[in-house]
Amino acid sequence: MDDALLLARAQFGLNIAFHILFPSLTIALAWMLLGFRVAYHRTGEAGWLATYKLWTKIFALTFAMGVVTGIVMSFQFGTNWPGYMNRVGAIAGPLLGYEVLTAFFLEATFLGVMLFGMNRVPAWAHIGATALVAVGTTLSAFWILALNSWMQTPAGHVLEGDQWIAGDWLAVIFNPSFPYRFVHMMIASGLTAAFVVAGLSAWRLLKVPADASARRTLRVGVLVAAVLAPLQTVVGDLHGLNTLEHQPAKIAAMEAIWHTEKGVPLVLFAIPNEKTRTNDYAIELPYGASLILKHDPDAELKGLDAFGADVPPVAPVFFAFRLMVGIGVAMIGLSWLAAWITRRGAAAPRWLLWTLAAFTFSGWAATLAGWIVTEIGRQPWLVTGLLRTSEAVGEISGAQLGVSLTGYAFTYATMFVAYMVVLTHLAGDGAEAAAARNLPGASAAGAAAD
Amino acid sequence: MDLALIFMVLMGVSVLAYVVLDGYDLGVGMLMPAASATEQSVMVSSIGPFWDANETWLVLGVGILLVAFPKAHGVVLGALYLPVVAMLVGLMFRGVAFEFRMKALGWHRELWNWLFWAGSFLASFSQGLMLGRYITGFEPGFGYLLFAMVVGASVCGGYVLLGATWLVLKTEGTLQAKALAWSRWGLLWVALGVGLVSLATPLVSETVRAKWFDFPRTLALMALPAACLWAGAVVWRSTGRIARGVRGQDGLPFAAAVAIFAISFLGLAYSLFPYVVIDRLTIWEAAAHPSSLKVVLAGALVVLPFIVAYTAISYRVFRGKARAGLYD
Ligand code: HDD
Ligand code: HEM
Ligand code: HEM
Repeated sequence: MDDALLLARAQFGLNIAFHILFPSLTIALAWMLLGFRVAYHRTGEAGWLATYKLWTKIFALTFAMGVVTGIVMSFQFGTNWPGYMNRVGAIAGPLLGYEVLTAFFLEATFLGVMLFGMNRVPAWAHIGATALVAVGTTLSAFWILALNSWMQTPAGHVLEGDQWIAGDWLAVIFNPSFPYRFVHMMIASGLTAAFVVAGLSAWRLLKVPADASARRTLRVGVLVAAVLAPLQTVVGDLHGLNTLEHQPAKIAAMEAIWHTEKGVPLVLFAIPNEKTRTNDYAIELPYGASLILKHDPDAELKGLDAFGADVPPVAPVFFAFRLMVGIGVAMIGLSWLAAWITRRGAAAPRWLLWTLAAFTFSGWAATLAGWIVTEIGRQPWLVTGLLRTSEAVGEISGAQLGVSLTGYAFTYATMFVAYMVVLTHLAGDGAEAAAARNLPGASAAGAAAD
Repeated sequence: MDLALIFMVLMGVSVLAYVVLDGYDLGVGMLMPAASATEQSVMVSSIGPFWDANETWLVLGVGILLVAFPKAHGVVLGALYLPVVAMLVGLMFRGVAFEFRMKALGWHRELWNWLFWAGSFLASFSQGLMLGRYITGFEPGFGYLLFAMVVGASVCGGYVLLGATWLVLKTEGTLQAKALAWSRWGLLWVALGVGLVSLATPLVSETVRAKWFDFPRTLALMALPAACLWAGAVVWRSTGRIARGVRGQDGLPFAAAVAIFAISFLGLAYSLFPYVVIDRLTIWEAAAHPSSLKVVLAGALVVLPFIVAYTAISYRVFRGKARAGLYD
């Protein structure tokens, strides 16, 4: 593989991995804010208003990060993968175009009204604006996942000249893996937001134990997670079965199955060895993989040897998959435990607060791990069976890519540090300042000064 | 139905909408260091509800370039790769600085104020640089690079004009008085830039020269520079009158500044048409497969009226003079 291809991939991976962090939080947080806003409207309680205002600040910050990194993405397709646009642009272009037209303008415009318009428009219009922002973020995800799923499991396309064009748009959009991917991603966003809400509330409670507003949001986060986490396991399992049907090589890499055989064990842990094509230090559950994937302990599963050279690298896919599933299982345990302990308004003990605080960003870790499984597992294809990654790379020189990659990395690092500082400030010191002014959950210091 | 032509117009409209809309908020960003701390808060409030939607026009513009003219997209963005990266880095810092400066205190806030300015400046200058490279067909050589830098500076001037006249509309008191002075400086700066580009493009390209210097068409075409001059005069006169205390026309300088941009844009479009890459690639040669164009066009025709409508609603909600406390 030459340098330009490697750099182009590294750059694309860095950009999209950074971008996805913020939408994966805002998609579900937007819906939670709608809930807070409606709760305030119905009860008229100042506590709900304070909760809404605090989380709106976090939302605004996260949304801004999502927008600016998204604008970078919209330039990346053409600059990094011109071969992609030349071959499948007739399918990718309209899907991206519809995302801009139906989603981006909607959310960007009503965001202003949602953030700054509370005292300028009637309550119903403000609730409406909040709802439209939530609809917009979800629509964004709908279109981009339609495109990504089509790249995983293409359908509805026909060849014309050297270009793939859409024969049937409904088949393109609702391609075989789309329903699974969309639902799985929506729940992932829900879990990400739920753990951020619970985690930052726990952090606040560690500093100001009497904060009633934080106690309530902790409960909201924990309950949402307790419902979504088991659901995610079920959806994830179905998603895996769908992948087995359409991208069996990816499953073989996820489970590190090197050879086609019957009664395949489930590898719990191992270090996949590409040279010997075996697993070192493997801990296995006999018949496990056949049981999970085919619901029959003796069923035959295709191994990596069945796909010749067209297989993804095993180790990253294998480890990322285990990380995601591990976090998913831990999320079930923690959210159920916390829901039980905090039932009927009981205060959470400090060890539970610390654990929840430690899990604040677990959703991000699982989401990134999941995308690494999905994207690296698709290699060497960019569009499964239609277009190879190496065929899509452009002519931007390695030197230029080096400059831009450095620029992006520096920018992202700065932005990320600042984001974390503000987040912990809003959750921690802000809580203390609010307590000092005896206003539970009121706006954090600093913001009030502007 | 000529799809390539329709998409050329659509792309032109989005680029013009972007330049005018993000232009005023980038301009306000570049003016930040010239204002006091409280004035800075008012300035940020005046653009806070709009900047995100304004930038979305850029996404639409580059999206149409990608979808409708994929061949040109590769050539244009390939040749402009580094300025594009610089612009994106600028836009990123500028965009997040809105949020960060509001939440930071002490030197942190100073830092984000500075990044707000630097990001706005970097983005504006890179856009001008891109324009300069684009209208000279990406010719290599020091002279062309110098020319592009001058265009970069002129675009900064243009955005300062837009930003200052926007502030005339959205603020009052001493800040408005400052904005009136900034508007005039911006106007002079723009006059220099527009004049330079108008002189240089025919010199650089045979095609452009042939289009403008072709009597008697030239006489009719002179309406464009004339209108531009007139709009400039309106900016100058109306800022003077507002400074002398005449009321009820705070929107006039901004309207005239927008007119300057629209007229210059028309002139450029006339020079370039039918090329997407001057002297190299026409819109028909670069156009994408008709099947994808039809799908996007159908969506755009349905959705664009809604976008315009709710954008209007948002400007109505936030009409009137801006105040410092954005979140209250
Ligand atoms: C909070 C995040 C989160 C959690 C807890 C889980 N996942 Fe997940 N997973 C994702 C977030 C995610 C994701 C980031 O959203 C992915 C990447 C691409 C996609 O569609 O969803 C994904 C992809 C993904 C894939 C790849 C499918 C493909 O590319 O073809 C499979 C098989 C699973 N997941 C299965 C599971 C299972 C069995 C889980 C059990 C606990 C699980 N996921 C928990
Ligand atoms: C959102 C979370 C996503 C993450 C974290 C992610 C991550 C990655 C990574 C790490 C790579 C590099 C893989 C490699 O080089 O082996 C990659 C490649 C790529 N992904 Fe994704 N991706 C995501 C979503 C998407 C989406 C939604 C699309 C398209 C709509 C997409 C399109 C691509 C393309 C075009 C490549 C380049 C080819 C390649 O190197 O594999 N990705 N992605
Ligand atoms: C690879 C392809 C991607 C591109 C080209 C892209 C492009 C963009 C752009 C330009 C924006 C800013 C919109 C604005 O101006 O308001 C944005 C924001 C957004 N994107 Fe992406 N994006 C990509 C991947 C994803 C993925 C994988 C998801 C989710 C699953 C996603 C969901 C969102 C959402 C919800 C927003 C709204 C802003 C926010 O919530 O932070 N995008 N994206």
